[in-house]
Amino acid sequence: MPKIVAVTGNEAVAEALRQVNPDVCAAYPITPQTDMMQRFASFANNGKVKTEMILVESEHSAMSACVGASAAGGRVITATSSQGLALMWEVLFIASGLRLPIVMPLVNRALSAPLNIHGDHSDGMGARDCGWIQLWSENGQEAYDNAIQAFRIAEHMDIRLPVMTCLDGFIISHSIERIEYLDDDAVKNFVGEYKQLNPLLNIDKPVSYGPLILPDYYMEYRRAQAEVMTKVNKVVRDVAKDFEKISGRKYGLFETYRLDDAEVGIVILNSAAGTTKDAIDALRDKGIKAGLLKPRLFRPFPYEEVGEALKHLKAICVLDRADAFGASYGPLFMEIATSLYSHKDKPILFNKIYGLGGRDYLPDHAELVLNELAEVAKTGKVKTFKEYIGVRE
Amino acid sequence: MKLKGWKEVTPGAVVTEAGSALKFKTGSWRAFRPVWIEENCIQCMFCWIYCPDMAIKTKDGKRAEFDYDYCKGCGICALECPGKKGQKAIVMEEEGK
Ligand code: SF4
Ligand code: SF4
Repeated sequence: MPKIVAVTGNEAVAEALRQVNPDVCAAYPITPQTDMMQRFASFANNGKVKTEMILVESEHSAMSACVGASAAGGRVITATSSQGLALMWEVLFIASGLRLPIVMPLVNRALSAPLNIHGDHSDGMGARDCGWIQLWSENGQEAYDNAIQAFRIAEHMDIRLPVMTCLDGFIISHSIERIEYLDDDAVKNFVGEYKQLNPLLNIDKPVSYGPLILPDYYMEYRRAQAEVMTKVNKVVRDVAKDFEKISGRKYGLFETYRLDDAEVGIVILNSAAGTTKDAIDALRDKGIKAGLLKPRLFRPFPYEEVGEALKHLKAICVLDRADAFGASYGPLFMEIATSLYSHKDKPILFNKIYGLGGRDYLPDHAELVLNELAEVAKTGKVKTFKEYIGVRE
Repeated sequence: MKLKGWKEVTPGAVVTEAGSALKFKTGSWRAFRPVWIEENCIQCMFCWIYCPDMAIKTKDGKRAEFDYDYCKGCGICALECPGKKGQKAIVMEEEGK
């Protein structure tokens, strides 16, 4: 029987990792991820998992140890936030290039400078093109469910790529919510046994990892990796179907809320989607036909499906919890614009940057955006295509 | 040799054949060539231990010629060689001279 508990996002993800019981974990503490790995380490210490914990002196070493352990043949996890992910940067590409299915919860936090420990998406967005699969989660339940599904996706024989599961720092990682835990056995059966394709520790079949690949072959390996990415979309949907059977909870490439008959829409990631849904309900009562799309699979981005889901709208505002300095728009906006580019009749698009460094995103903000959307849909005119909201002048 | 297409390469560039570095002859990278002067050699085997490319061949447990297919000319063996009475048993000569 599933168990209903009141726990924080970090606690829920740590529980998912306990239920999966991976072979190796190498992690380094960083706020707001720290208490997730602290909880997991106590599971290891108290014999609740058989996981070998590797103590490391930095996140660069953590990810390097994960690469080694995964190549050796283990099911491997780590977790990080912000500067920790930034320090892993070069090894992230090595993990994906070597096709190692490492699973890493990322508790989203702003990047320094200025130094800040609170939630925004600049860490995950900075690593969006490193060859990892990215799943984003609105609340503790989704963070728990995504962490479990991540193993099946990463380890699928068509894929074998690392997966990052993102949840908002503090807002989700440290807030207590009602969460449903699956049975240990259900999770164990769902993730199944893991078998490395070419384990380094198989002395009967010796292999080498990380050879120098010169211009005569480098492009072939990159092309092959690009092909693997095209298979992720289907696997994510298939795994979600299987997950629904054991949990009753539905997942897809993205979630839509009151979108089918909507005229205007908001696209937004993670926890702020919840606030936005409330604001949509309030404005629907006032006659504004609004809806929402919340991406779940951000890498590889499901351009076609997202474009289809949004193309009927008159106006869309994409809200980014990260800026892409020097680009005209925030990172999520650029994906949405690309999704709609091939459609002849496109909604009008504009972009708001919100919630940086843990700045609150309030129902008022969502309502302002929705009212502006209604105005844009009526007049066909946008005042400012990109602006910061919730910022002092 | 026909080069493989992208559909044929191994996932993650993993090399699944043991000892395949043998097929990759790196001797042509050499700018300086070590030359063995046998009469100064005391058979201490320092060169054999120090060579990072296993390019010192042996015969019946004794030092034999260089393996120029793999020697990259780093000069470590020449530096480490004690030789006999101050006379080195390995000297480095510029290639192509
Ligand atoms: S020059 Fe370097 S590579 Fe060549 S034999 Fe001497 S130590 Fe080995
Ligand atoms: S190091 Fe010099 S003396 Fe010693 S075995 Fe090699 S060549 Fe001979």
